[in-house]
Amino acid sequence: MSILIDKDTPVIVQGITGKMARFHAREMIDYGTNVVGGVVPGKGGEVVEGVPVFDTVKQAVKETGAEASLVFVPPPFAADGIMEAADAGIRYCVCITDGIPAQDMIKVKRYMWRFPRERRMILTGPNCAGTISPGKAMIGIMPGHIYLPGNVGIVGRSGTLGYEAAAQLKERGIGISTSVGIGGDPINGSSFKDILVHFEDDPDTHVVCIIGEIGGPQEAEAAAFVRDHMTKPVVAYVAGLTAPKGKTMGHAGAIISAFGESASEKAEILAHAGVTVTEHPARIGETIAGVMAAA
Amino acid sequence: MDIHEYQAKEILSQFGVEVPAGALAYSPEQAAYRSRELGGDRWVVKAQVHAGGRGKAGGVQVCGSDAEILEASEAMFGRKIVTHQTGPAGKGIYRVYVEAAVDIAREIYLGLVLDRSSQRVMIVCSGEGGMEIEEISAERPDSIIRATVEPAVGLQDFQCREIAFALGLDAALVQSFTRTLKGCYLAFRDLDATMVEINPLVVTGAGRILALDAKMTFDDNAMFRHPQVAELRDKSQEDPRECRAADRGLNYVGLTGNIGCIVNGAGLAMATMDTIKLAGGEPANFLDIGGGATPERVAKAFRLVMSDKNVQAVLVNIFAGINRCDWVAQGVIDALRADPVDIPVIVRLSGTNVEEGQKILAKSGLPIIRASTLEEAAERAVNAWKNDQAKGAKLRAV
Repeated sequence: MSILIDKDTPVIVQGITGKMARFHAREMIDYGTNVVGGVVPGKGGEVVEGVPVFDTVKQAVKETGAEASLVFVPPPFAADGIMEAADAGIRYCVCITDGIPAQDMIKVKRYMWRFPRERRMILTGPNCAGTISPGKAMIGIMPGHIYLPGNVGIVGRSGTLGYEAAAQLKERGIGISTSVGIGGDPINGSSFKDILVHFEDDPDTHVVCIIGEIGGPQEAEAAAFVRDHMTKPVVAYVAGLTAPKGKTMGHAGAIISAFGESASEKAEILAHAGVTVTEHPARIGETIAGVMAAA
Repeated sequence: MDIHEYQAKEILSQFGVEVPAGALAYSPEQAAYRSRELGGDRWVVKAQVHAGGRGKAGGVQVCGSDAEILEASEAMFGRKIVTHQTGPAGKGIYRVYVEAAVDIAREIYLGLVLDRSSQRVMIVCSGEGGMEIEEISAERPDSIIRATVEPAVGLQDFQCREIAFALGLDAALVQSFTRTLKGCYLAFRDLDATMVEINPLVVTGAGRILALDAKMTFDDNAMFRHPQVAELRDKSQEDPRECRAADRGLNYVGLTGNIGCIVNGAGLAMATMDTIKLAGGEPANFLDIGGGATPERVAKAFRLVMSDKNVQAVLVNIFAGINRCDWVAQGVIDALRADPVDIPVIVRLSGTNVEEGQKILAKSGLPIIRASTLEEAAERAVNAWKNDQAKGAKLRAV
């Protein structure tokens, strides 16, 4: 098993006719993802990378039975695209778009809450690299070949740092159940905690790795969840030891603006909750290997 | 994006927030003249810089005559002001705001922020106005009143009343307090702010509620739909290196160390800086070259990092997903051929087209130090830098 996606999950790509979206749709298909269509308003009827394009997400869901969507829509229209997916009955949505206004995301979150929990779409991102269940499917922009299938669950904000962790694990022959990017924005679809809930329930995930960074309360919230509810061992690294206060470090959400938001404070909070924390980003793989050997 | 106090006041007053009478000046003479336009007998001259803590740093002066205004503003113009929010370099004063002095009966702290926990706009208020919010939360946490705004319906009157009564405001003031708070919220919402801070919001002796200071920060990602706000950007208040980088589509933050960093991805860039620190060095900058970086973009990034005279070694760390190692390698070589450097250059490549990238580096014949892992790269960079220092390398001329 894996979380959020598996090899049969029917996936659509919103904005599939764009150059980058098209490239990554092809990569996803080549990886084995069940891509069943795309959505671009006004381009319904076209065929891109061998899959049909629809004008609306509702049509795509009706015709293809799509359950997951990858949103590759430009920032001014991305929030609208996510809400369209939620309304059309998409179960899981990954938004790659970087640069969505924060207040648009507040609206998106509010809109999603109008659906009862059992019909509520799960959103990861925006501003993330996507989700991959190695050997099964990927919805996102990551290089699939660096991930081995296995039993480590990864949840992180940063794309490239997630790649770094996956590569360190591969070097040791350790594989991954699912790797989930929650993105670098201040208002995001799913928090670390939201994803930890899924990993705790997934029998094929034995160890979980959190890759956090400076800014925001979500690492601390995850620490409390690990302490109170997780039975599986959890490893963490928090990036930004050298980041100055009050400066945005690339990601819109990577800014230390309050107490408890620096890398060292977050690392301390996580360690206090029983998480095995490494302060060395080059030793994420080694730390996970150590925890697996001890388990 | 930050704006100046006078600009924030102009915006907020359009949303119904009352502010003292004031006028902007670009020279000491103009500042003195402004007092005659404003009338009255006491004025406050305020340095317009993008930072708090001006008062303690001499950026706010109360004056009783034209001559005093002239003197106070002459001392400000062209000077750099250093506060706890500016960093050691300080921020230049090129504009001052002259305001009619106000008879203050009470000071209140009022802030609106994007709260990441509730994922809503949060109002933060305290009766301890005039102090920084950090001081209030450390010393008088009980005085802080918070309320979150339900995004579907916006800020409600009852929430404003609750805050007003919790502050102990006179019943006669509740209506104008509500107008002020709602004005701040609407400005926040309609213009995509991420922060509005009025510190202090004052009650005057005559019972008016006035915003004595005002700060607004806007969401960079939303500026495409607010060109009138985007125009208020003042590059004189930004780090010139960061400004130059932003104009070139690069994400750069200048720091004070010696090892320059060129990395793809914000998280990996922070992790690379961390690794340098753990290896015993100090990073000179944060730099994310983004995805799909062409040789030209890499060469540009290289020149930007080298423009910092403190840089005594450069570490390039690329984990290519969307990127291509061969393009990055070519960019580094192009930059080094165009402007040869005499400091160590360390390159770590991984991911897409890594073999081609390594070949390009090897064939170039340039003295590039290669590394295969993140840790190795940081250690080699720090060691090479230390060796150079031991040999007595000096600051570079840029």
